[in-house]
Amino acid sequence: MTMASPLLQVRNLVVEFPTRRGALTAVDDVSFDIAEGEVLGVVGESGAGKSLTGAAIIGLLEPPGRVASGEIILEGRRIDTLSYEQMRRIRGKQIGAIFQDPLTSLNPLYSVGRQLTETILTHTDMTPTKARDRAIELLTEVGIPAPERRIDQYPHQFSGGMRQRVVIALALCVNPRLVVADEPTTALDVSIQAQIIALLKKLCREHGTAIMLVTHDMGVIAETADRVAVMYAGRIAEIGPVREVIKNAKHPYTHGLMGSIPAVGHDAERLEQIPGSMPRLTDIPTGCAFNRRCLHVHERCFKDRPDALPVEDSRVACWLYDSANAMSLDEAKRAVASKETGSVEQANV
Amino acid sequence: MADARMPTPAPGSVAVPTARPGLADGVHRFFDSDVWFSFKRSPITIGAAAVTLLYFVMAVFGPWIAPHDPFDLAKLDLLDSLIPPAWMADGEARFPLGTDDQGRDLLSAIIYGSRVSLVIGFASVLLSMVIGIGLGLISGFVGGAIDAFIMRMAEIQLSFPAILVALLINGVIIGYFKTHPEWQVDQVTLAYVVLVLSIGLSNWVQYARTVRGSTLVERNKEYVQAAHVIGIHPAMIMWRHILPNVMGPVLVIATIQLALAVITEATLSFLGVGVPPTEPSLGTLIRVGNDYLFSGEWWVTIFPGAALAILVLAVNLLGDWLRDALNPKLR
Amino acid sequence: MSEAAVIKSPSTEGRFGHAMLKVEGLRRYFDVSAPWLNRVIGRQPRQILKAVDGIDFEIARGETFGLVGESGCGKSTVARLIVGLHGPTDGSITLEGRNIAGLTRRQMAPMRRRLQMIFQDPYASLNPRWRVRDIIAEPIRAFDLVSGDQAIATRVGELLTFVGLNPLDGEKFPHEFSGGQRQRISIARALASEPEFLVCDEPTSALDVSVQAQILNLMKDLQRELGLTYLFISHNLAVVYHISDRVGVMYLGKLVEVAPSKTLFTTPRHPYTRMLLDTIPDLDMTGRERMPVAGEVPNPITPPPGCSFHPRCPFANDRCRVEAPKALPVSGGATVACHGVEEGRVPSGPILAPPPKPDGVASVHG
Repeated sequence: MTMASPLLQVRNLVVEFPTRRGALTAVDDVSFDIAEGEVLGVVGESGAGKSLTGAAIIGLLEPPGRVASGEIILEGRRIDTLSYEQMRRIRGKQIGAIFQDPLTSLNPLYSVGRQLTETILTHTDMTPTKARDRAIELLTEVGIPAPERRIDQYPHQFSGGMRQRVVIALALCVNPRLVVADEPTTALDVSIQAQIIALLKKLCREHGTAIMLVTHDMGVIAETADRVAVMYAGRIAEIGPVREVIKNAKHPYTHGLMGSIPAVGHDAERLEQIPGSMPRLTDIPTGCAFNRRCLHVHERCFKDRPDALPVEDSRVACWLYDSANAMSLDEAKRAVASKETGSVEQANV
Repeated sequence: MADARMPTPAPGSVAVPTARPGLADGVHRFFDSDVWFSFKRSPITIGAAAVTLLYFVMAVFGPWIAPHDPFDLAKLDLLDSLIPPAWMADGEARFPLGTDDQGRDLLSAIIYGSRVSLVIGFASVLLSMVIGIGLGLISGFVGGAIDAFIMRMAEIQLSFPAILVALLINGVIIGYFKTHPEWQVDQVTLAYVVLVLSIGLSNWVQYARTVRGSTLVERNKEYVQAAHVIGIHPAMIMWRHILPNVMGPVLVIATIQLALAVITEATLSFLGVGVPPTEPSLGTLIRVGNDYLFSGEWWVTIFPGAALAILVLAVNLLGDWLRDALNPKLR
Repeated sequence: MSEAAVIKSPSTEGRFGHAMLKVEGLRRYFDVSAPWLNRVIGRQPRQILKAVDGIDFEIARGETFGLVGESGCGKSTVARLIVGLHGPTDGSITLEGRNIAGLTRRQMAPMRRRLQMIFQDPYASLNPRWRVRDIIAEPIRAFDLVSGDQAIATRVGELLTFVGLNPLDGEKFPHEFSGGQRQRISIARALASEPEFLVCDEPTSALDVSVQAQILNLMKDLQRELGLTYLFISHNLAVVYHISDRVGVMYLGKLVEVAPSKTLFTTPRHPYTRMLLDTIPDLDMTGRERMPVAGEVPNPITPPPGCSFHPRCPFANDRCRVEAPKALPVSGGATVACHGVEEGRVPSGPILAPPPKPDGVASVHG
């Protein structure tokens, strides 16, 4: 899929939370594109800023959080500066949203059919009868059995998995170009997770909808995404094709993260572990945010924040891959895969 | 924790962790807390706190502050009765806010009256708090038939106006002491005890309901289960684990109830079942002054009334602020 | 770890010796009916939730027994039954030869020290108003293991060091710690009474993967050094595979398959186990197309008759719809409750090795 101009462009996005101790930068200079029909996975641990990036794009940052700088461009139109009302219209038409808890996205007082038809009627000029037909069609499409009967039921009459299907139907009502899905499978049982992932993939393929899939679950990413952005402490550590990132992680953080995931069939007495934990927003070190935990840390990592350097098909924010470095690319990759420490002793903080 | 909630940390979690022991640490934590921060930012709350503090100072140091002793019948002179406030034509500088029908200085009477009102208010709030928290904890923690019984009691009591309940309890207690002269209590002490009991017993329901609700939530939390697994006695779990975690909302209610208790006391005194006019509370002063309202001596009732209104307003504002400051959803 | 010395290691008589914990015919029913008045007015019948409906298993000393299943299958209830947070409706729980099912708090007291629990939510399992040192000291004081404030403080410091924290952390409150650190505190509290058996109810489910790895490694280290026995409950199959020696699979209150970990994951027998294994995300990027199993877990209040898995099972026949299967031993040390396996209707063999597909993930991307 080669695209002239990407569907969504995020440029140097910064999300801040003003507090009485100064502004906390929760998303710090994040840039990425999503092409039409592409699934971009955004993965990271809690507090990495992945959900906030998604919320900034759909214009639903919870106050006092705000986009402090940067641009969000959807189909060539800048949307981060729009008013709430304008953004609401875009959310209905061009961007759909799926959240973790299907219960909070559905109004418990209205039947599923009413919520679907109202959304359709608000954003298109269909007749009510047509809209109802469309709603039934959508429910069929997301795999809800007997949609003619279930359309008049209320959210509490659906099981968790079925509810999430309804939410997906709701997000797809008016054929959005982009769906932002924030942890869509986290609240579901494993067998239902697989069903929902399969459904998302199918819809993406059939409608050409792009999906920004925010999750902490590498497994979901591996199953679904085309490309993946790995976030750490509000920044993108690594972004690239999913296969590259998972099988061939280049950033030391991604590498450690992948090693720490237990897998069936991998017999190891101990899992690889990254020492320490992600810094709090109040305590992000200067230079590379990962420097306190990195095995390959150099003096420079404590001074300068690494740029997103192009490495093969990916972009990696790590000084190991700087062309000014004495190391060649192969050496750098080997270094990350090995457990040897860098030139500077690891800072014990 | 979900990402979206990350940047609004729990109270005090941004605080630099320091291992300062004891009181100094506690003081440090308070001035570093979000509660103190929100207090500093709200001028209305600061004003309300100042006014409340003023009343407290007046109540504690009344005898030293008041220009006269209104309870000392020997010093009263009927010739001084119903003198208007100092700034009016017939006013005298001795009595800044004028005098009442018995020649008592109104300012002094108000100062002594606030003292009575606050003492009764505090004591009755304390009483209803102890009853309410105890019953609420037991109700929420034990559950079952005991819970049902306590809550039905609460509902029955709630279906009557609090003032009616207070009047009823008042009557019962006075009746009891009348038929049991062996107790030998003097009129004033009896009046105090009766007021505290009747106000306290009529207001426990709110505490009980709130505490029961919080207890139901806390009871199922894993730290309580962990204590069960260790084998801690249920009574100890209630006392040491659950109680500290349900006190937040209770403090808010207590503040607002203090205002309510002061008003209830005033109402009861106004209705004539409260403290006797020889040792007037604000309510008694208002009642006595009420008789003169239409004969032109307005100050006898207006000044105690204003004093009561200001006190209640200030305490209520403090309570409202405390409720918002302790509510994580509004922060 | 030199700190190993601080915790007296109970003598382990060979790995997997005699049964430390034995569960037989364990049942726990919950009455989830509407209140009496509503029931009479609405003519509703009583509703009984059979959260745990007759399960048997054994855990040997020093072993880790994993219990997997989807939400609502009753695995957490099993944990709570064993530590005595619930009394069983029926059946026995034998710890070191002594039945502890349904004992009163006082009768249970001597056994409690040996049996502790680690909880799922590190944000809810520590009292927010207590300092960490008091949280960890609570079991020490309750069981009167060490006397004197100074000695208790020393012991708390040792325990904190043992789980990888600083002894000075004892002065802090729980909110000053991250999720992983809180789980370490929780583990320190569980270890404070020098237990031999730990019930771990989803101890890493609320944690990020990198932190999960730290906690799993810590738990394995502790087991090795202290000879602990674990009942490890999780919905995450990969985690269970990593940590367990033997695994039980639960479905709607029943154990459908129990087998050594390797056996279960290479040659699963029960159709439900196979379905679960097929939901494991493919991190090796082999491009294996998964076959999501249709249907969801039925309402546990009205479970299907016969084998409760039959509505979702591709091998179900008339017998499965009527007769509940019994757990029967099969080869490889496994026990399976399935008519199909018993009759040989269900083909055996591994299903984890997938046929390589030409158009996998890579081609979708291209």
